[in-house]
Amino acid sequence: MLNDLQPLFLTFELAAITTLILVVLGIPLAYWIAFSKSKLKYIVEPLVSMPLVLPPTVLGFYILLAFSPKYFLGHYLESTFDIRIAFSFVGLVIGSVFFSLPFMVNPIKSGFENFPVSLIEASYVLGKSKWETLIKVILPNIKPALFAGFVMAFAHTIGEFGVVLMVGGNIPGETRVASIAIFSEVEALNYDKANFYSLILVAISFCILFGFYYFNRKSVKIF
Amino acid sequence: MMHTSQGQEWLDVDLKVEKGGFSTFFGESGAGKTTLLRIVAGLTDPAEGYIEVDGEVWFDSKRKINLPVQQRKVGFVFQDYSLFPNMTVRENIRYALADKNQENIIDGWLAAMDLKGLEHERPQKISGGQKQRVALVRALVSSPKILLLDEPLSALDVNLRLKLQDEILKIYQKTKITTILVSHDLSEVFKLSQRVLVLEQGKIVKSGQPHEVFSNQNLSGKFKFVGTIVDIQKDAILSIITVQIGNNLTKVVATDEELKDLKVGDKVVVASKAFNPLLMKYDGR
Repeated sequence: MLNDLQPLFLTFELAAITTLILVVLGIPLAYWIAFSKSKLKYIVEPLVSMPLVLPPTVLGFYILLAFSPKYFLGHYLESTFDIRIAFSFVGLVIGSVFFSLPFMVNPIKSGFENFPVSLIEASYVLGKSKWETLIKVILPNIKPALFAGFVMAFAHTIGEFGVVLMVGGNIPGETRVASIAIFSEVEALNYDKANFYSLILVAISFCILFGFYYFNRKSVKIF
Repeated sequence: MMHTSQGQEWLDVDLKVEKGGFSTFFGESGAGKTTLLRIVAGLTDPAEGYIEVDGEVWFDSKRKINLPVQQRKVGFVFQDYSLFPNMTVRENIRYALADKNQENIIDGWLAAMDLKGLEHERPQKISGGQKQRVALVRALVSSPKILLLDEPLSALDVNLRLKLQDEILKIYQKTKITTILVSHDLSEVFKLSQRVLVLEQGKIVKSGQPHEVFSNQNLSGKFKFVGTIVDIQKDAILSIITVQIGNNLTKVVATDEELKDLKVGDKVVVASKAFNPLLMKYDGR
């Protein structure tokens, strides 16, 4: 039984780690896109959203290429640090971070962009740095947007298939997440097991989204 | 270059504000008052120019000096108050304190501004006048060098505005802080400021004491209004002409000579020497 649950545990471990990394990456990136005057953001912004339109296989393919031991980056990592990214859990995390990036960045970016400029200016006038203003004024007031980013990134990572299959393959206990497990159980005609995983995913996804909409509706609108 | 509702306009001014004085930028909306205030605060960068405050250069385009807004030590009261919604009244004020050990200063201000009972309320829960007082206190607790007020009372009703004008005046007299007010309300200018600078289309067209600036040209004991003729009643010797001035109708007698080239719909000037006009408190009816 515990063995059967392993793909589910792996899925949630992947989603949790991915979300955590995306919080660290996504908030500064969203801040930069929302407030920077640099022209570079017109390139970065579509790049962030590319996973929304590209087939996951394309992303997976390039990640695989990048980390293949045959090419520079993969070769360097393997010969210097003895790390192999392709077909490993670390590879899954990297793929998921790219793939769920827009789900974290876009809601938070909107939160920043819709935040009243006069409140930011009021904080600056009081002598507060950009950092202090971000931590004490902006972030506490855009909690719904932050929450949306966290939940969407987490839920979306649970639902991954293409990238995971391309980058991670199907190694039990290492890269075999729930979505892959369902696929391979169906291939092996084990419909009961496929159904077991599917039902659990349906239930958990519903609960996450239900909670998200419920609490976001209840959250006080302050503007 | 500033962007106004009428399009782009150059803001080009040269002015001095007395240390410890109360000055007002007066003008129509779009004249550049707020932009000027923002430039002083460091919230808007001018294309070129020079700003010096109390011997310290804040901006000099020639020497590429631009003191960041955080270091300018100004108190700024925004038109929309800009209180932080995630903080209570007290927290909003405490946020402004440079030295967090000076909590007792907050208590003093809360008491002086009649905000004691509201200190744990969020800004969304208090009235416009109360928000404005909190915004004032927040701007003052860090002891700024200049207090900049951007039409702070424009969103309030008349009675509240008068009351807050008194309070601003009281604070000013107590602290003697150099204050610049942006306003398009004449009575406010007369009541509060020692000096007024009139802005029109990005330029200062007049400056001086309020009564000098606004009173000179019309101070001859004469009433003069422009109105429209709505009715003419001819009589044997004199005619009675009804003129609409604003929302008021007034009857004026006219001789045949005066009536010669007047008809209904004409714009006319109604003028009168009034040596002893009656003044009564207006109760709104």
